Amino acid sequence: MRWLRALLLLPILSLSLGAANPVLVPDVSQRKIDIVYSFTGAELLMFGAILYPGGRIPTEKADIVVVLRGPSQPLIVREKQKLGGLIWVNAESARFLSAPGYYAIASSRPLEQLVDERTAAIYELGVKNLQLSPASNEQPETRRRFEDGLIGLFSKANLYVEQPGSIEITNGVLYRARLPIPARVPVGTYVTETFLVKDGRIIAVASKEVQIDKSGFERFVAESARHYPLTYGIVAVLLSLLLGWGAAMAFRRI
Amino acid sequence: MDIYLPIANMSVNALVVILLGGGVGILSGMFGVGGGFLTTPLLILYGIPPTVAAASATTQVTGASVSGVLAHWQRDGVDVRMGILLVIGGMFGSLAGAGVFALLESAGQMDTVIAIMYVALLGSVGGLMARDAWAAISAKKSGQALFARKRRHHPLVANLPMRWRFYASGLYISPLAPLALGFFVGVLTVLLGVGGGFILVPAMIYGLGMATRVVVGTSLFQILFVTAITTMVHALTTQAVDIVLAALLLVGSVVGAQLGTRLAARLPADWLRLGLAGIILGLSLWLALGLGWRPSEIYTVQAL
Repeated sequence: MRWLRALLLLPILSLSLGAANPVLVPDVSQRKIDIVYSFTGAELLMFGAILYPGGRIPTEKADIVVVLRGPSQPLIVREKQKLGGLIWVNAESARFLSAPGYYAIASSRPLEQLVDERTAAIYELGVKNLQLSPASNEQPETRRRFEDGLIGLFSKANLYVEQPGSIEITNGVLYRARLPIPARVPVGTYVTETFLVKDGRIIAVASKEVQIDKSGFERFVAESARHYPLTYGIVAVLLSLLLGWGAAMAFRRI
Repeated sequence: MDIYLPIANMSVNALVVILLGGGVGILSGMFGVGGGFLTTPLLILYGIPPTVAAASATTQVTGASVSGVLAHWQRDGVDVRMGILLVIGGMFGSLAGAGVFALLESAGQMDTVIAIMYVALLGSVGGLMARDAWAAISAKKSGQALFARKRRHHPLVANLPMRWRFYASGLYISPLAPLALGFFVGVLTVLLGVGGGFILVPAMIYGLGMATRVVVGTSLFQILFVTAITTMVHALTTQAVDIVLAALLLVGSVVGAQLGTRLAARLPADWLRLGLAGIILGLSLWLALGLGWRPSEIYTVQAL
């Protein structure tokens, strides 16, 4: 997917060299977000500058779209149905090979005013345009239903965020976007992409990476649970024995 | 005070979890049950993923039963022979349970099966307890003695071959009965995150016909070992034991349990039993209704 997009971007890059198109210089407030014991979510500030050739700012201003995307993972979406008019049971399911665990998009104006549907689909702008790569071959409408279910669930958990019109562009040059990151985000390498849009065309793209990872004690616990499950289990049992016994001893004195 | 749970991958209010553990601890101290059957559904209600809830509740039950086992051990209230048989059964049960767990997880029917099992178990155990407690209370009121029960143990148990003597329990029955009981409870421990005291105790009294003096101690003995084994099984298979969550629950529940024990000494036993039966029946009713109501989320997502 990423290769395909890189290929699609090539003509734009060559074009920008030839016609001296503007260049984006993006940055983020944090290159690395640590999840520690007190982590309840974070806010990532994505900012940067639009460098116009010769420093001349055109009268007709361009727009900015910023996307922050977490690592993709295969997952299965299940749908509950009422069984025999009695209880709700998971019935149908659909698999998706690459659903991003987090996706946020912010733009200086509502997306539909910036690009047409085809461009939005190519660059995966907007949660409706995410390429979730369905693995099972259902009817398109069934697939759409499951995609909507997945998107609805992730949106409710603030894992899929759309903030149209939230980017400010100062003096037509400096832009900034704030994106919320909830406590439940998956860890991994996140990619931010900044798009410069003018007349329905994307004329410049720049990207940056952000690492979100557990650190300190939380990292130690998660790593131990995964790599040393036997030791981890023994420690968990010993801890509970010790706490139980300790409390019994402490209360006997009182 | 928010705290991030490294395995559940979410942040929770530490105070809420400690209070939850404390509340369950008070009940467990009062009624002599581990309280896992309350912890797991409450944690799920709080938003913890069901697998993590079940696994971590198991770890908590281990800690909650330590002091009980010690106390009963000191006054000879544990039938070790019976206890070891129950633990062996429970060990195989928890291994089998892990297999069932994986199967249900991949079929996506985990939550429904858990809910149905809870409804069935809590409903029947709660009903039995309520009936008994009520009979005892009304017998006391009318001044009439309760009829002695006609048979010691269930005919199914009596008919099993190869009898052993269990001196502490005052029994001469086949070891297959406690093995099977232990196995069944072991499966439940893995699936539901319960110690199984609320099933073991009635089964020991009504099924096996054990001397009541050793029932609670022996049941706690089995729970201690089987939950410890189950924590290991979870750590090795589902990797869903959240040590931070378990520690928070434990801090609340061990303190709560001590308070509960003190409270229980001042309250009449029959009314206590009726109270527990009420809680169990209420929980089962609530879960049953939850199965039939339209869920707030029709879709669920599971990572592969």
